Amino acid sequence: MGLLLWLALGSAHAQWTVNMAPGVTDVSRSVFDLHMTIFWICVVIGVIVFGAMFWSMIMHRRSTGQKPAHFHESTTVEILWTVVPLAILVVMAIPATKTLIEIYDTSESELDIQVTGYQWKWHYKYLGQDVEFFSNLTTPRSQINNREAKGEHYLLEVDEPLVVPVGTKVRFLITAADVIHSWWVPALAVKKDAIPGFINESWTRIEEPGIYRGQCTELCGKDHGFMPVVVEAKSKEDFDAWLAERKQAAAAERELTSKEWTMEELMARGEKAYNTSCAACHQPTGEGLPPMFPALKGSAIATGPAEGHIHIVYQGKPGTSMAAFGKQLSPVDLAAIITYERNAWGNNVGDMVTPKDILDFSKAQE
Amino acid sequence: MSAVIDHGHTDHHHGPAKGLMRWVLTTNHKDIGTMYLWFSFCMFLLGGSMAMVIRAELFQPGLQIVQPEFFNQMTTMHGLIMVFGAVMPAFVGLANWMIPLMIGAPDMALPRMNNFSFWLLPAAFGLLVSTLFMEGGGPNFGWTFYAPLSTTYGPESTTFFIFAVHLMGISSIMGAINVVATILNLRAPGMTLMKMPLFVWTWLITAFLLIAVMPVLAGCVTMMLMDIHFGTSFFNAAGGGDPVLFQHVFWFFGHPEVYIMILPAFGAVSSIIPAFARKPLFGYTSMVYATAAIAFLSFIVWAHHMFTVGIPLTGELFFMYATMLIAVPTGVKVFNWASTMWQGSMTFEAPMLFSVAFVILFTIGGFSGLMLAIAPADFQYHDTYFVVAHFHYVLVPGAIFGIFASAYYWLPKWTGHMYDETLAKLHFWMSFIGMNLAFFPMHFVGLAGMPRRIPDYNMMFANFNMISSIGAFMFGATQLLFLFIVIKCIRGGKPAPAKPWDGAEGLEWTVPSPAPYHTFSTPPEVK
Repeated sequence: MGLLLWLALGSAHAQWTVNMAPGVTDVSRSVFDLHMTIFWICVVIGVIVFGAMFWSMIMHRRSTGQKPAHFHESTTVEILWTVVPLAILVVMAIPATKTLIEIYDTSESELDIQVTGYQWKWHYKYLGQDVEFFSNLTTPRSQINNREAKGEHYLLEVDEPLVVPVGTKVRFLITAADVIHSWWVPALAVKKDAIPGFINESWTRIEEPGIYRGQCTELCGKDHGFMPVVVEAKSKEDFDAWLAERKQAAAAERELTSKEWTMEELMARGEKAYNTSCAACHQPTGEGLPPMFPALKGSAIATGPAEGHIHIVYQGKPGTSMAAFGKQLSPVDLAAIITYERNAWGNNVGDMVTPKDILDFSKAQE
Repeated sequence: MSAVIDHGHTDHHHGPAKGLMRWVLTTNHKDIGTMYLWFSFCMFLLGGSMAMVIRAELFQPGLQIVQPEFFNQMTTMHGLIMVFGAVMPAFVGLANWMIPLMIGAPDMALPRMNNFSFWLLPAAFGLLVSTLFMEGGGPNFGWTFYAPLSTTYGPESTTFFIFAVHLMGISSIMGAINVVATILNLRAPGMTLMKMPLFVWTWLITAFLLIAVMPVLAGCVTMMLMDIHFGTSFFNAAGGGDPVLFQHVFWFFGHPEVYIMILPAFGAVSSIIPAFARKPLFGYTSMVYATAAIAFLSFIVWAHHMFTVGIPLTGELFFMYATMLIAVPTGVKVFNWASTMWQGSMTFEAPMLFSVAFVILFTIGGFSGLMLAIAPADFQYHDTYFVVAHFHYVLVPGAIFGIFASAYYWLPKWTGHMYDETLAKLHFWMSFIGMNLAFFPMHFVGLAGMPRRIPDYNMMFANFNMISSIGAFMFGATQLLFLFIVIKCIRGGKPAPAKPWDGAEGLEWTVPSPAPYHTFSTPPEVK
């Protein structure tokens, strides 16, 4: 079988990838080397053991007139095949230990990024830089439901990738807001569980600019298969320019809060934000997936007083999957989503929740 | 007691009762063994049909047949049913049938408890399967049911799942106590511990593992129950609890559990290979010690399932080294089996075919296990299809092929008829090809980066997934052939002699085939 694997390796191309890729960092290459070393050790042992078994199965058959031997123990060989594997393991453990120590050395990072897993998206916060954003899947439902041809990066594409500079030791502080997720980028050989209440550390230093894709690897509920990780490595200059631009955009976003909004503007923004942040559970039709994810269409909260509606969106509902979106979304998006939910799908409450209402609510909570 | 009175009773009490109540009330180890085996086979088909749903959805990229929420219920129930409903009861069934026959005992030591531990199982699985029809669906958090996905975020049916696990646990613990009591107390005169067949030895060790870890599982689900209904926060970080604690507790149960599912197969294969090589088992003593060593190590390696949760470096190193050590006793076993075959006089009837495939394919699963033990490399393998390939290689050609080998080996003893060898060989080859087609490509997609437990994937994984699905359908359909072979063997066939395999050893071959309802009422003398 090991031999088969190797034969298949030779004829590999994109659709028939059979092996791990060496990746783009020193660590990922060390990991790849470990992987290949232990693989070849297994192949050699396999060839010897299976070779002996097949030899025996061909030669030592009753149909060839073979008379059975009677030996049933030999202390020498038994000691030998206990000690030799032990020695191989010790030899294998040395480079593995070295690489592990390197992976665990998160000291002297030049850029710290907090990675937070949410059902079902990633949040990235550049610590000390005042830049943070969510990264959502952008593959359209029509592709998932086979109504449209699938793109090259089907299920591995996001609206906003995590942008990092090359040649820089980037430390990731990984946590989660709801259930356990796991942040994995194969090309970086970084996989770390994102656990609510814990902050795990990991790091990378990418040498080449490029886009590296991965996925959540810990079952985290319904859309576990739909929360990719995309990392874009830029040159240091491009990264600085990008960061400055993001800071400006963040400032502009804050200004929007004090803007006078019309119903149409809020509804338009609300529909977009709803489809990004809410539709996975409550569905684009507002009908939800009861009883886990209740319908909003005609619901008592969405058609009742605005205060109650703001409260549940802002604070979430403990003990259920309904997260507290107050800290996740901007006041503008919260206002737009609530306005949209109160007036879409025939809810037609007719009132409007503005960013100012959200700010007032948030002050009242403190 | 005089012989006359004994004879007077034979007609009335020594045969099985008539009708349905025979099975409900039976305390006979053979009846109970049979029920365990049939129950396990039903669960195997049920869990298997869920695997078919999974493979059908994964046949192509995109969502075609089921939605993600149902897909997650299928992966969860497939795992739970196969582990707790198919593999474990099958081995308990084999233990019930064969341990008394192998050690010269008249029955299991605790026959009434035996009846109860079987009948808990239909209740447990009735409860578990009924959750699929409840509002909100059944368990959807994976067979490992990590908190808080299974507590705060779990469906309402989780409570039923918890009670089902409790019932299974009680059943397993009682079954294990029964095995220990039988082996330690009811051996025939002269049957010293080091003369016992390896199947008895591996089951003795398995039973101790069960007694040690099933209560841990019970504790784990009880903490979940408290978190869900009684406001505790064992696993809820927001309440000061620790989601990682769940994984430590679960895997402290879970790792010995994987050996619980393989050790009895080791034992059975250690009887079957010598029988068909017509040569005594190589290294009996080292087999016993290797089994004990594996059982001991299984308690100190659990965190290798958790290399990515962020345990400290020293912990990571300890669990990596301990895990690598398991390769040594496992290697000893494989070398012993190969040496048993060496210079034998082999024939390849169905039990031998399944046993040889067991040794080779289980070893492949062992190789990928060794790769997974290397913690830095595990960061790339963890929770990908590479892991799925690994544990299916140890469970399907490991546990399941071990069960098939045992079934064919002992069917003549159970039914009094020889099974249809041609069909059985067909069953073997279809299973062998189907199983490798299904699971070998999973190594590739895993290494290429496909996470496990996802209902949809990028096109770069499409080709191998399609091959996997075809293999899985083939493997699944083939098992109906097994059902046919077994029924055919029960209904008729060439009458089996007391010892249908010329190389077989052991007390079970000294009683007639089919084994009478009561055997070894007078203990045999073992020399």
